[in-house]
Amino acid sequence: MTDIVASTPPAQDRAARRMRRPRWMGHAGLIIGLAILLTCLLMALFAPLVAPHDPYAQDLLSRFAPPVWHEGGSWNHVLGADHLGRDYLSRLLYGAQISLIIGIGTAIVSGIIGTTIGIAAGYFGGKVDSIAMFFITARLAMPVILIALAVVALFGSSLTVVMLTLGLLLWDRFALVTRASTIQLRSQEFVTAAQIQGASTLQIVRHEILPNLLNNLLIVATLEMAQAIVLEAALSFLGLGVPAPLPSWGLMISEGKASILFEPWLITIPGIALFLLVLGTNLLGDGLRDITTPQGRN
Amino acid sequence: MLLNVQNLNVMIPTQGGPLHAVQDVSFSVSKGETLCIVGESGCGKSVTALSLLGLLPKSAKRSASRMTFDGQDMITMSDKQIRALRGNRLSMIFQEPMTALNPLHTLGRQLTDVYMAHRRGNREAARQRAVYLLERVGIAKAAERLGQYPHELSGGLRQRVVIAMALMCEPELIVADEPTTALDVTIQAELLRLLAELQKSMGLGMIMITHDLGLVSRIADRVVVMYAGQVIENALAKELFENPKHPYTRALLGSVPDPSHPRMQPLPSIPGTVPSLVQKMEGCHFRDRCAFASEECRVPIPLVGVGAEHVARCIKTGAQAPNARSTAP
Amino acid sequence: MLNYALRRIFMACLLALFVSFLTYALIFTAGDPAAAIAGSASTAADAENIRQIYGFDDPLIVQYLRWVGNVLQGDLGNSLYFRQPVSEIILSRFAVTAQVGIFALIFAMLIAVPLGVAAGRWPNSLIDRGALFIAVVGQAVPSFWFALLLIIVFSITFPILPSSGLGTWRHYVLPVLVLGYFSMPAIMRLTRSGMISALETDYIRTARAMGLSERRVLFDYALRNAALPLISLSSAQFGFMLAGSVVVESVFAIPGAGRLAWESIGRADLPTVQALVLCFSLFYVLLTLLADMLNAALDPRMRMK
Ligand SMILES: Nc1ncnc2c1ncn2[C@@H]1O[C@H](COP(=O)(O)OP(=O)(O)OP(=O)(O)O)[C@@H](O)[C@H]1O
Ligand code: SF4
Ligand SMILES: [Mg+2]
Repeated sequence: MTDIVASTPPAQDRAARRMRRPRWMGHAGLIIGLAILLTCLLMALFAPLVAPHDPYAQDLLSRFAPPVWHEGGSWNHVLGADHLGRDYLSRLLYGAQISLIIGIGTAIVSGIIGTTIGIAAGYFGGKVDSIAMFFITARLAMPVILIALAVVALFGSSLTVVMLTLGLLLWDRFALVTRASTIQLRSQEFVTAAQIQGASTLQIVRHEILPNLLNNLLIVATLEMAQAIVLEAALSFLGLGVPAPLPSWGLMISEGKASILFEPWLITIPGIALFLLVLGTNLLGDGLRDITTPQGRN
Repeated sequence: MLLNVQNLNVMIPTQGGPLHAVQDVSFSVSKGETLCIVGESGCGKSVTALSLLGLLPKSAKRSASRMTFDGQDMITMSDKQIRALRGNRLSMIFQEPMTALNPLHTLGRQLTDVYMAHRRGNREAARQRAVYLLERVGIAKAAERLGQYPHELSGGLRQRVVIAMALMCEPELIVADEPTTALDVTIQAELLRLLAELQKSMGLGMIMITHDLGLVSRIADRVVVMYAGQVIENALAKELFENPKHPYTRALLGSVPDPSHPRMQPLPSIPGTVPSLVQKMEGCHFRDRCAFASEECRVPIPLVGVGAEHVARCIKTGAQAPNARSTAP
Repeated sequence: MLNYALRRIFMACLLALFVSFLTYALIFTAGDPAAAIAGSASTAADAENIRQIYGFDDPLIVQYLRWVGNVLQGDLGNSLYFRQPVSEIILSRFAVTAQVGIFALIFAMLIAVPLGVAAGRWPNSLIDRGALFIAVVGQAVPSFWFALLLIIVFSITFPILPSSGLGTWRHYVLPVLVLGYFSMPAIMRLTRSGMISALETDYIRTARAMGLSERRVLFDYALRNAALPLISLSSAQFGFMLAGSVVVESVFAIPGAGRLAWESIGRADLPTVQALVLCFSLFYVLLTLLADMLNAALDPRMRMK
């Protein structure tokens, strides 16, 4: 009858390429996310060097100076100045420090709590697991913002209090993810082998479980970092986050609120910074998940 | 001819490159005829079956020089037209009964949905047809069963329901893709007997995909043997069992104790491994496992006529090969 | 099913009790309630007096049990600011919050579910990327800033919508938009992934092999299966949304429970704060309980147990 079709029609190549595109897209998100985050990190680190003004220096003559692209704007205050005449660009640069400290600090605190609970639940299973799940559900039931507001109000507002409070409140995802992975790891050969060789539980967790959780932990950490950054901004916006002269972006938006009618850029500028940082962190987390799980996003 | 397929090719893009699951496959089925497709796991049987109904994964590419159902061209058919055929004139039964039914709908709902999709009739008529068919496939208290959900039924019963579903609109052709492999041996025999009986009494055309040579010898009118994506032999059943030409077919039949009366059992195993379908192989696909392989087998081998309505894809079919039984090392 | 329901209800009660204890302990350990009640202009003696009257010297657990006993009788204490029972104040406030929340949830579902279905049906298509974009942006936009942006655009630049209070339907537009956008990404993503995995199942292949129409396959067979986990997610999202109403209500000056909570925290009105935290938590527990029940009722496999 007929011979085998020898050449591959071009349509097949195209279809084959389409298969790989989602992964590439994941990488694009990852790269954008990483770029944004690095920019913020540099802003925070080098704020003292690059900031044109002291972020706390008030200058009554410059009050409500518009940004340079507005009518009447000048290069002296590139992003304008706020109601006290403080240079907005300088405040924005220093504000990155606050967001990043809160984000990273909260991720570390909540990561330690959540990972401990998650590993314990996944490794021991049974009653321990039930109790851990109970704690996780209870945690989910608590209204985060409200409790954070109340705690900050009661303990006084400071960077440390906000960070610790958020850390104590945002460990649930860490716990759920580590629990699920630990359950999978627990029955793997190398864990069984270590058990047979008489390794202690702590050793197994240290040497067999934790290293295998690192990928997932990193992903959750970025996502929690993003959430913590938003929450800090929200708390500061509501007046119960970090205290007043600090250039927290949430606080800047809150202070700009009074000028919403005539100087809306006082709100939009720190908002865009906040949005970009959170977007970048989320993109990084999603991207990491895409490239570490075989089936990609979904 | 009810179904006529010529030079069917299916390519599925994968991470490792394009996978040529089906290569140049041709066969046909007439009204009331049973065609059996046999071959080792992964040789492309299911993909062939799915491509007949247009159910391939979205990324897969299908091409054929000819594909007709009752004279209608299936290659140029619109989605709508092919949908009107599916479940109506051309039905399919799948391998895995445990997951083949929607867990959230009652059996009655799923059965009548098929009827309503193709007939203008009302639900009551559909219900009556469903009850009739459930009884016909040997399910007791059929009317009560209509209100049940799939998880309330055993695998064997679920497969009977799927068979009834496939028969809802009195199809002319049924494609059964290893309909019993997932079930207990005793239930397998019962279900196969049922299918064969239904096929006869309803005058259905049937494509039965199976590993079971015993079943093939009993029900097949015609047999297609596939190997690594290709048809390597196609003959009337009697002819194939009495006079297998391709070394692969002979090896298969040779490892069965009595080729004319093989027992029910899975496909015998032959030493060696199947070549990957990702890299298209130039010469004979069976070369690495063939006792007669030689340099001439490195060029593309066409299917050649070796008897009345009997073709095989081997260049040494004319030469007198050693006795079939001794080919299996 | 009955067994499952009873077990689930028992768990919910246990959870409610635990959460209420946390709430109580939090406020208890956090500050000196007596000083707060006495006010800033009071002396140490005043505070000591109040401590005696309220029984603040008793051990935590005794006070907690007394509080629970009162709560069970519908007594949530007296507001230090309004000088009247908290239960009388918060009911109407909660009604407002829940109302806005329900509209927002409906809005979110109306957008997210069709988008998720389309994205799951045509993964990697233009519509999928569009939906993904909306979700990614939605997850990154801080709701208070989004609210202010909307005010700038729709109340100031183009004054077509009011920016504060709740009077006409126009007042609802912006808050509902903000709250709804907040829970849209999660619902969209779950719908999408649910549709993708449902469309890969054998029963969908069967339905297609039987020639069912694409509409029936998508919306009746696939979406129904994809929707089951959506119930739990939406109820959880609803809970989070209510808890997050603090922010939106304060921006739009909506007289709801969230705004009350914020104000009460500012006024150190501890009984009110305590009651609100408790109510938000209990509401979440109740919501997830209802969602689980609904799930069990809709899934025939669960119904049997
Ligand atoms: N959706 C898919 N994506 C990628 N490859 C596939 C897909 N479906 C099938 N294949 C590949 O196509 C080839 C043929 O598969 P097919 O399912 O047709 O085999 P089969 O003959 O039915 O085997 P079995 O007897 O095990 O059912 C195999 O190599 C398989 O890995
Ligand atoms: S063509 Fe050659 S290798 Fe292939 S089956 Fe025939 S003899 Fe064997
Ligand atoms: Mg198969």
